[in-house]
Amino acid sequence: MASINTESDDYHPIVILIDELKNEDIQLRLNSIKKLQSIAKALGPERTRTELIPYLQDSVLEDEDEVLVVLSEELGNLIEFVGGAEHAVCLLPPLQILAGAEELVVREKAVESLCKIAKEIPTSSFEESFLPLLFSLSKADWFTSRTSACGLFTVSYPRANAEMKKSLRKTFGGLCHDDTPMVKRAAATNLGSFAKQIEKESVKSEILPLFQSLSTDEQDSVRLLGVENCALLGSMLTNEENIQFILPTIKASSLDKSWRVRYMVARLLKELCESMGTEITKTELIGAFVKLLKDTEAEVRTEASLRIADVCSLLTKEMNIKTILPCVKDLVSDSSQHVRAALAQVIMSLAPIYGKEDTLTHLLELFLHLLKDDFPDVRLNIISKLDQVSKVIGIEMLSQSLLPAIVELAEDHQWRVRLAIIDYIPLLASQLGVEFFDEKLGNLCMTWLGDPVFSIREAATNNLKKLTEVFGVDWAKNNIIPKVLSLHSHPNYLYRMTTLFSISTLSTVVGGDVISSSMVPLLAKMVSDKVPNIRFNVAKTFQTIIPLLDSTIVQSRVKPLLVKLHEDTDKDVKFYASQALQLC
Amino acid sequence: MTEPLDWRFSQTFGGKGNEDASDANVVPAIEFDQTGDFIAVGDKGGKVLLLKRTHDKQSSKKSKLPEYRFYSEFQSHEPEFDYLKSLEIEEKINKIKWCPKQNDAQFLLTTNDKTIKLWKVYEKKIKQVSTSATTTGPSYNGSLASNNTRSPSHTTYIYNSSGAHNMNNNMNNSNNNNNLNNFKIPKLTTRETVVTATPRKIFQNAHAYHINSISLNSDGETYISSDDLRIHLWNLNINTECFNVVDIKPTNMEDLTEVITSAEFHPTSCNIFMYSSSKGTIKLGDLRSSALCDNHAKVFEEYEDPSNKSFFSEIISSISDIKFSRDGRYILSRDFLTLKLWDINMENKPVKTIQIHDYLKPKLCDLYENDCIFDKFECTLNHDGTQMLTGSYHNYLHIYDRNSKQDVCLEASKQATKSKTKTLTTKMKLRSSKKEPKKPEDIHPDAIEYTKKTLHCAWHPKDNLIAVGAANTVYLYAATENK
Repeated sequence: MASINTESDDYHPIVILIDELKNEDIQLRLNSIKKLQSIAKALGPERTRTELIPYLQDSVLEDEDEVLVVLSEELGNLIEFVGGAEHAVCLLPPLQILAGAEELVVREKAVESLCKIAKEIPTSSFEESFLPLLFSLSKADWFTSRTSACGLFTVSYPRANAEMKKSLRKTFGGLCHDDTPMVKRAAATNLGSFAKQIEKESVKSEILPLFQSLSTDEQDSVRLLGVENCALLGSMLTNEENIQFILPTIKASSLDKSWRVRYMVARLLKELCESMGTEITKTELIGAFVKLLKDTEAEVRTEASLRIADVCSLLTKEMNIKTILPCVKDLVSDSSQHVRAALAQVIMSLAPIYGKEDTLTHLLELFLHLLKDDFPDVRLNIISKLDQVSKVIGIEMLSQSLLPAIVELAEDHQWRVRLAIIDYIPLLASQLGVEFFDEKLGNLCMTWLGDPVFSIREAATNNLKKLTEVFGVDWAKNNIIPKVLSLHSHPNYLYRMTTLFSISTLSTVVGGDVISSSMVPLLAKMVSDKVPNIRFNVAKTFQTIIPLLDSTIVQSRVKPLLVKLHEDTDKDVKFYASQALQLC
Repeated sequence: MTEPLDWRFSQTFGGKGNEDASDANVVPAIEFDQTGDFIAVGDKGGKVLLLKRTHDKQSSKKSKLPEYRFYSEFQSHEPEFDYLKSLEIEEKINKIKWCPKQNDAQFLLTTNDKTIKLWKVYEKKIKQVSTSATTTGPSYNGSLASNNTRSPSHTTYIYNSSGAHNMNNNMNNSNNNNNLNNFKIPKLTTRETVVTATPRKIFQNAHAYHINSISLNSDGETYISSDDLRIHLWNLNINTECFNVVDIKPTNMEDLTEVITSAEFHPTSCNIFMYSSSKGTIKLGDLRSSALCDNHAKVFEEYEDPSNKSFFSEIISSISDIKFSRDGRYILSRDFLTLKLWDINMENKPVKTIQIHDYLKPKLCDLYENDCIFDKFECTLNHDGTQMLTGSYHNYLHIYDRNSKQDVCLEASKQATKSKTKTLTTKMKLRSSKKEPKKPEDIHPDAIEYTKKTLHCAWHPKDNLIAVGAANTVYLYAATENK
């Protein structure tokens, strides 16, 4: 196809693109649709409106979803190519059809594009074309179009005149009482954002009843969407109104028979507390929260546990200790490991709220309990948030009980757990200080270099680099480098490789002196390793360290080694050696 | 008391004449859609046949019976091989369910032992290029993807403004002529429509055992699928994950005492579903209470006198099918010998137990030997829950009226098709247990053909119209009020 493309054929690619809108190969069709803007630009606004758009409407709308998704999106980007906002109306008919597609993603994109257009078109076309489209979607036979309609109210409302506003509210009300749960769900999803656009009087008189009816719907999937609306509507109303209209729904939802609804309350608890304000949170929501923490369903407890820190930060310390702490104590030995893991994630954040004294009396015991948990995720979560606690109570308090847990995790039989703990070592090191680290964890870091799993060895070398950054070059020179270099004589070539990787990573932080005094001689030895894999990795390592070395050293000591490697019989070794030589 | 309905044979599909037609055509699933205008029939060969009701006035005047005609047919499942487990997966369609209509297309779920598929059946428009300027141009078949007949020179039609042309001509002209001004965007017109079926989603790799039922939720976006030991909850739009809601697999398979035989969602309450077991119990699960519903909310089980226990007790008490009534108030269950109607508010015993073929009791031993005792008969209710339908041997089917307490026993028979107009009703062996002296007890068990069995049945969602599957044939019966 490219061969036909000559200079005079400026439009040829466009013709091909148009043709390929109907190609059998879906990839070509997709490609063409993605370039719709170029096609439209080449055709000019007039022809795009009169020919291209009708053609798309006729031919492509029965295509596969993959194509329709892209088309829905691209149609929204065509406004400037059909002649600007005043002509954008011509994009509405195909989008109206796409808004009724059976695939959710297609509809969502079509609604997005429709919203984009609704904002730009002039008021006259908005009233003559867009609103009728919205109303016809709302009254369509199939629920697919009606669900799409729900997404258009928020953008339409501010632009409509008083009379239209009234009928928009009425139509929305109709959709909230639709026969199908699908439409009700869509209406519930959009209720909050729609309400934000509406005058407060009408919110109270018209939207609140809708909200209440959706929140008491018999379908769980509709009710649970009402929880989010509690937060959105709540932020628009006064305290008294909240107590009167919203609070009963929140309370009912937190006691709902369906765990999915309760789960939503737990999940959005922070937002709910924020929109209700501190007063209502303290008097009313806290009770609901305690119930959720004691829920029978583990999923709900997990979600509630994750909100503990958020909620506690809104309360006074006394209330925390009196109401929340007993629940936390129970959760520490919850039967579900996921609940405990969630708790471990947030419990450390309580320390700053409690202060040193209360942390020691109330929380420390719980931390230690979780550190001994059977489930590695729980322990990991505790260790990852260690800095928050050590700031409050100091590391000495924790280190005694912490170390056994760390050592145990470091030797866990699941390598992912080991990997996770390695990531926290630099953090721990900075908390613990050099002496303590050398004494307790230094050896551990070295054992990881000989781990049977490559990812662990890789992480271990990176860890050494980070430790060097924390403790300084001198420390590294005395403690790490000798140990690392001693691995070079290991009988297994994979461990010898670890030495090379360590040199590469460490070289960037230790400085030229250390490299030339201890690393280069070692590499000189390894040039004659019997495994080609090692030899070409030596060449690769040279590539990393050459830029860090003084040029005289490079010329006198490195170059001869590379020349030697370049004469190797193995072609990979040759290749990497020649690459390194170019840097000399 | 209302008069009994006069059931008349109306149509058959499949199994043209020869009784031992190819095994592939054995009908294992029949289902009406929500409007009753369509019937889906799945067969052992993985095919799904769709029938559409005609609302043609002439034909209905003649017979006054509803008429269904062939609408479409597609291959839903193919035989597969599970290489990990070295198991063949049959293409046989176990169940079909229609999804609520969301646009002009029809959506249905079909399942074999392992894989559930969501099919879209729609009237696809085949489009044709009809640009005014290229009236003589080659007709360009615009159907996407499905049509392979398009001309090799697919750029042909674009460049020409007029006149006859062929491919070579175009290739020569293209260098001079491909200016956009001369280029016409083709216009399309609909030439014809064809009914097309495309698979929309495939839900697989979730069931370790054989899937025995699927059921859609009233929320319109989820469904459950049950196999011998587990029930999974799916979202129709998501085929990458499902949630396990019931798991009765014991840690040690030697402790296995029962399997799940069927499962169904409540018709209106989105959170309630039920499942039946081989031990004769029906359990009601509540999705609200917990993510995993192993702890059932209700259990329907009839006390059995231990003195009546025999070797066969457990086998014949195994429930083969359960259905909710349309309002969700009653549950109909079928075990080997009886049909039971349960009130959802009464767990300890059924409100009605109907003996279907009591006369088989002395024959259980024979039935065990020829494996008939493991046959799984389906059952179904009509729209208002007053009539119940189930099958039996000898191609008998039984329709029970709850109000009049009458039972109608029909024999689904091929002969009726041959002399359709005259002997339509006389060929039907119409029996009512109250009216006629010949009662079910009179049927002699030795005279029964055990190879002929009406395992599958479905009831029209509104009308008195039933579909019954026996071997490779679907029989349709319609009833009119007796005047």
